[in-house]
Amino acid sequence: MQKIFFLTIMMALAVSVHSQSNVLPAPPQKGLLFIKNATIHVGNGTVIENGTIQIRDGKIEKVGKDITIPQDDVQVVDAKGKHVYPGLILPTSTLGLVETGSIRASNDVREIGDLNPNIRSIVAYNTDSKVINTLRSNGILAANVVPQGSFLAGTSSVVQLDAWNWEDAAVKADGGMHLYMPLLMARPGGGRGGFGGGGPNAGGAQADPVKDGFEKIENLKAFFREAKAYIAATTREETNLKYEAVKDLLAKKQKLYVHASTAKQMLAALDFVKEFGVDMVIVGGSESWQIASLLKQHNVAVILQQMHSLPTTTDDDVDQPYKTAAILQKAGVLFAISDDDSQTRGRNLPFNAGTAVAFGLTKEEALAAISLNSAKIMGVADKTGSIEVGKEANIIISSGDILDMSTSNVTDAFIKGRKINLDDKQKQLNDRYEIKYDLKKKGF
Amino acid sequence: MRKTRLLEKLALLTVLLMGTAQVMAQATFPENGIADPRHGHYAFTNATIVKDANTTIANATLVIKDGKIVAVGTGLSVPSGAVEVDCKGKFIYPSFIDIYTDYGTPVRPQQQGGGGFNFFAQPQLETNVKGPYGWNQAIKSDVDVFKVFGVNDAAAKPMREVGFGTVLTHVKDGVARGTGAVVTLANEKENLTIIKEKASAHYSFNKGTSTQSYPTSKMGYISLLRQTFLDAAWYKNKPYEEGFNLSLQSWNENQGLPQIFEANDKWDDLRADRIGDEFGVQYIIKAGQNEYQRINEMKATNATFILPLNYPQGQDVEDPNDAKFVSLEDMKHWELAPTSPAAFEKAGIPFCITTADLRSVNTFWVNLRKAMEYGLSESKAMEALTKTPATILGVYDKVGSLEAGKLANFLITNGPVFSEKTNILYNYVQGIKYNVKDDSNIAGTYNLSINTPTGVEKYTLDVKSTSSVGMFGKDTMNTKFSFDGKQVKLSYAPMVRRQRPPGGPGGDPTQPRPGGFGGGQVPALPATATRLGGISNGTEWNGTGVDSAGNSLTWTAVFVKAADIKMDSTKKKDIPVVGKVNYPFLPFGNSQDEIPKQETMLIKNATVWTSEGEGVLQNTDVLLKNGKIAAIGKNLSDPAAKVIDGTGKHVSPGIIDEHSHIAAASINEGAQSVTSEVRIADNLNPDDINIYRQLSGGVTSSHILHGSANVIGGQTQLIKLRWGANAEDLKFKDWAGQIKFALGENVKRSSSTQGNNRYPDTRMGVEQVLTDAFTRAKDYKKKWDSYNAEKDKLVKAKKPLTGLNAPRRDLELEALVEILDKKRFITCHSYVQSEINMAMKVAEEMGYTVNTFTHILEGYKVADKMKAHGAFVSTFSDWWAYKVEVEDAIPYNAAIMHKTGLVVAINSDDAEMARRLNQEAAKTMKYGGVSAEEALKMVTLNPAKMLHVDDRIGSLKVGKDADVVVWSDNPLSIYAKPLYTIVDGTIYFDRVKDEQKQKEVDAERARLVKKLNGEKRSGMPMAPATPSYQIMHSCMDHGHSHGLLVIDADEFENQ
Repeated sequence: MQKIFFLTIMMALAVSVHSQSNVLPAPPQKGLLFIKNATIHVGNGTVIENGTIQIRDGKIEKVGKDITIPQDDVQVVDAKGKHVYPGLILPTSTLGLVETGSIRASNDVREIGDLNPNIRSIVAYNTDSKVINTLRSNGILAANVVPQGSFLAGTSSVVQLDAWNWEDAAVKADGGMHLYMPLLMARPGGGRGGFGGGGPNAGGAQADPVKDGFEKIENLKAFFREAKAYIAATTREETNLKYEAVKDLLAKKQKLYVHASTAKQMLAALDFVKEFGVDMVIVGGSESWQIASLLKQHNVAVILQQMHSLPTTTDDDVDQPYKTAAILQKAGVLFAISDDDSQTRGRNLPFNAGTAVAFGLTKEEALAAISLNSAKIMGVADKTGSIEVGKEANIIISSGDILDMSTSNVTDAFIKGRKINLDDKQKQLNDRYEIKYDLKKKGF
Repeated sequence: MRKTRLLEKLALLTVLLMGTAQVMAQATFPENGIADPRHGHYAFTNATIVKDANTTIANATLVIKDGKIVAVGTGLSVPSGAVEVDCKGKFIYPSFIDIYTDYGTPVRPQQQGGGGFNFFAQPQLETNVKGPYGWNQAIKSDVDVFKVFGVNDAAAKPMREVGFGTVLTHVKDGVARGTGAVVTLANEKENLTIIKEKASAHYSFNKGTSTQSYPTSKMGYISLLRQTFLDAAWYKNKPYEEGFNLSLQSWNENQGLPQIFEANDKWDDLRADRIGDEFGVQYIIKAGQNEYQRINEMKATNATFILPLNYPQGQDVEDPNDAKFVSLEDMKHWELAPTSPAAFEKAGIPFCITTADLRSVNTFWVNLRKAMEYGLSESKAMEALTKTPATILGVYDKVGSLEAGKLANFLITNGPVFSEKTNILYNYVQGIKYNVKDDSNIAGTYNLSINTPTGVEKYTLDVKSTSSVGMFGKDTMNTKFSFDGKQVKLSYAPMVRRQRPPGGPGGDPTQPRPGGFGGGQVPALPATATRLGGISNGTEWNGTGVDSAGNSLTWTAVFVKAADIKMDSTKKKDIPVVGKVNYPFLPFGNSQDEIPKQETMLIKNATVWTSEGEGVLQNTDVLLKNGKIAAIGKNLSDPAAKVIDGTGKHVSPGIIDEHSHIAAASINEGAQSVTSEVRIADNLNPDDINIYRQLSGGVTSSHILHGSANVIGGQTQLIKLRWGANAEDLKFKDWAGQIKFALGENVKRSSSTQGNNRYPDTRMGVEQVLTDAFTRAKDYKKKWDSYNAEKDKLVKAKKPLTGLNAPRRDLELEALVEILDKKRFITCHSYVQSEINMAMKVAEEMGYTVNTFTHILEGYKVADKMKAHGAFVSTFSDWWAYKVEVEDAIPYNAAIMHKTGLVVAINSDDAEMARRLNQEAAKTMKYGGVSAEEALKMVTLNPAKMLHVDDRIGSLKVGKDADVVVWSDNPLSIYAKPLYTIVDGTIYFDRVKDEQKQKEVDAERARLVKKLNGEKRSGMPMAPATPSYQIMHSCMDHGHSHGLLVIDADEFENQ
């Protein structure tokens, strides 16, 4: 273990800063690994003080207070005074699909067309994206990589963030189908005469976006019906890839992620639950707090896409986006918190959860919203999401409260027990200029 | 019979005046045919004559001749040669004047509109108009409407029908629009209808058909006006180097006229007034609908206003899912807009009323009466439609009241003109009669005799209008009736008893009653109805007919008596109850009596983060008094103070955002690479909900920057978040200004999908733009210095200054000279090390310092150089990878720069992040291990330093401004929430009060939704619910999380 560390440091000095070829995926973990003296935040709401985690061959074997660590040659990480959390899971992201926002060539995130059930994000997921390591540095060890689109956009896959290639990375491939709901709301068509002027009477005429939107949804339902019939048919004249692509969705082996903000959009999306019985997840859900009881009633989960956003209307509570999580928690809706505002900001995931704590969640509930709940929503809770026996050892150690940026400091991270290299391009640039300015000598 | 004679005369008059253009024959025009001179000599007798808003004379006579009033008064005899028209029971008013029209102007091509800077398309940098005009197509001061004016009766007719006789017309196109002319609405040759050819000069914040890119912003419009004022003054000496400039010459010529500015919005009104004040011009302001929201500010302009009467239509908010996106602001505005004219009257502000902006001229009366229902008085309305506009335009000697010598422009009505039941019967323009409504002529009782083969049948006709008549004889008849002024048609058949509809007597009251007299629908007549047709011969109608059996008939109807005109009931209706005006006019605003006030406050026993040498003080009190920090220490007391228990709480200086784009009407003037002349200060927008939202995050001051579209952008403005203040009061007083510079991708227009034609296209060009601009600035300074020296010499020698011409003032270069003189400081948008280095080298060569590098994401690479240069730095905490120039951005940047000794700020550049700046600062603790105290300074004292206001804000120090935040927790913790945000000792955000405000917002929404639903049920036409989108400005540099209803200003304006 220590040898690996040493090697890493050697390589950091040897290799050019701009590539990250020195940050190698860690080899499989073999044998026993212990994390001891830890404050263990399990992810399911419980906290174990001064606990120990026993890991064998990448899986959690034991978690508790009274675990004996054998004297023989085992790996032990002493987490005294530190907090141990399950690896955080970013439930929606364009990570690995977008490298630099403004460069078209580096964007593989949005395919042409309205009906793309056959599009798969996993095949474009770039494990060598230099963004990935910056997320790991903040404790995010898995992400759901989501294609964008204008309507039915394709499937997302859950990846772990320490891999040689996308096959290595895949935790659950094609687990979710993504539907971007039409806005179902008029957008202004023309000049509105400045602030305070204009009003509802200004603006150009346009097609009715609400009507158009509902028509689009009806067409999709028709497509699903046809696909269902196609799949059920014993003989087929020809193969239809788009029908084939929704097979898992209609068989409930895949979830339907509906990207929607308004209550109207979410209510319209319930059609898919009612008619096709799909497992639905709302992504966005800025108005989910208004229909929390209905979401609960229909077993619809919610991913709050962006905690750190402005209220939807001027009349809303100034803190509404911060308060939404607590309302969903209280209503018993299964929800996760995300931060998918561009590919880079996912690293602020724990701080989004921290904000929810300031506005009504407990810290453990907030942790669940970025770990276990995400895992449940994405259908990987049997493998990951909490520090529980039988799950993969996806674990992070922080010297302070991970939900608060002033204390969050991830010192160690394990994916399937593999201690991963927490270096990243930005740390390397930092090192480089600390050397240039001789900052270490100056007492920093 | 007196009545009979009246009708005779009226009928005669109609015939006489048909096509009598000769009333106003023109001497210079050759006659084709037989001369037919006429004088239109009439005496209108026995009328109630309203000479002006304050003078009404009963039983009076008005004599007109040759299109003018000869005499008006009581006891006048009908002059010989005049035709007498008996107007008993009638009222005569001066006809109305509309001061804001484009009547008779040529149809214009499609307007370009306000337009924002389009980041994706190529700008048109220069004018493409041929001719001796100025540099900017939007300055159309050379346009004289009288040269292009053409009588347009199709447009005049609806105006006459609602009572107008005279209008001011101008070509509504451009920022400067040339001159307007006063014309009458007579359908005569232009020579005669133009009564003052140059009566006004016109301006606006809309470039109209100009295709030139500049200006693209509100502040650009203001700058263009400002520079044109200066250029025109300079042009008076006819500088040889300018040649002949028609635009400037006309501008100067037009200055003597009444200056009318179309602003159309409360803040734009004030912006227009301010630019006028700068140059000694008092604009007459064409208002919009929302001036009532800031009536005190309107009053302070000393302007006369022109008020349109269009009000927002109520929205259909029946469906709660749609209703919730209609903002309280929009609903309140719907309710309160009709109160605007009354608010002007109450405030004693002079105003005219215009038909401009109405969806249709036909809605004039409905809307005027609505304004009166909400408190506008009749006499003020009359004045606003007659004397006020006539006086402004200097034509009160011709129109606006009924006096001898004035034009015979008047209305004859059948009752007081503002009463709901009154009709305008005739509108006389320059002595020519235009019929408006004929029905009241014929309304009355008539005896109808029908000569049938079986003898004479007698009926009584109760004529109600030109389409409705009651007919009674032995039986009551069902009728169908029409009268077109001359031809009469009447069909009738015996009434068939109908079964009453179910629901008891009267049936459903909401359904029109079938067969009722005069009411509701005309029932279909059977095919067997008797049909009569005839001609009106005045008081007698004669005609023929056919009965159900096919027998031919003749008939005569003789007028017996006129119908009584029912006047409005004398009972004055109460003014409807409406909600309060809030300041600002937004949710969480305060009504006049709740506006927060400066208080003496004592915060007891708190953890006090001073951002000063004392560091963090435990169990300490802070006393705020007279808007200043009066004391910091233990066991303080002040009997006058409101005590805030700070136990367990934290107190910090108010947060200062070095880089913000909130609270402005425009941000980017992008049409040129150097726009140092534009000023954010010109276009602050106090109605931005983000002011309140950021107060809720502890922000007390924001530096509002120009965007990053160009190398040298506009002048910035530091504001304090005084929620509810107007634009002037938002400003940080006595502040040395700053200016935005920008480098890199944005200024070389990397995002333009259509290529770039604006210099520069590379970072190499950026350097040259900077060098060139400052080289020109230095030459400019030299020119002025030598002029001033020469002037001083002459003054000292007491010699005349003639022949010594001042150089042209160039506001673009003046701003740069201010930089060279260290009176204005630069904040420079910058990313990569090469450009940062370059900017410093140019500065050092030119003799200025880059005060602040903002964004500065690669600052850590050249921290030592910036330190040597003397720059401050202001950065984001952790954004990167959204474009190429931020590839090497690292979250350790702030820490490294801090450690190398630079003064570092963390800024937002984002309306959302701004309310979490304390957390953004806390990230420097995580990334680089900055101490909590130093981290907090990055959003308090350090930005104050770079804004040169650290003597007044930025730390908790006795004597500094009482800009203070009381936090629930350690301000660098994610769990901290501001409980109070205090600016100048005034609590602008109070977390407890905020909850109460939220309840008020919800209650007010509920009240208005109910009211709107009531309107809908009462049958008022409703507009579909329209989401209230918010326009937000940004520097278009990176993504933002602003929510569903926010539209980026640039995206919006480029649609």
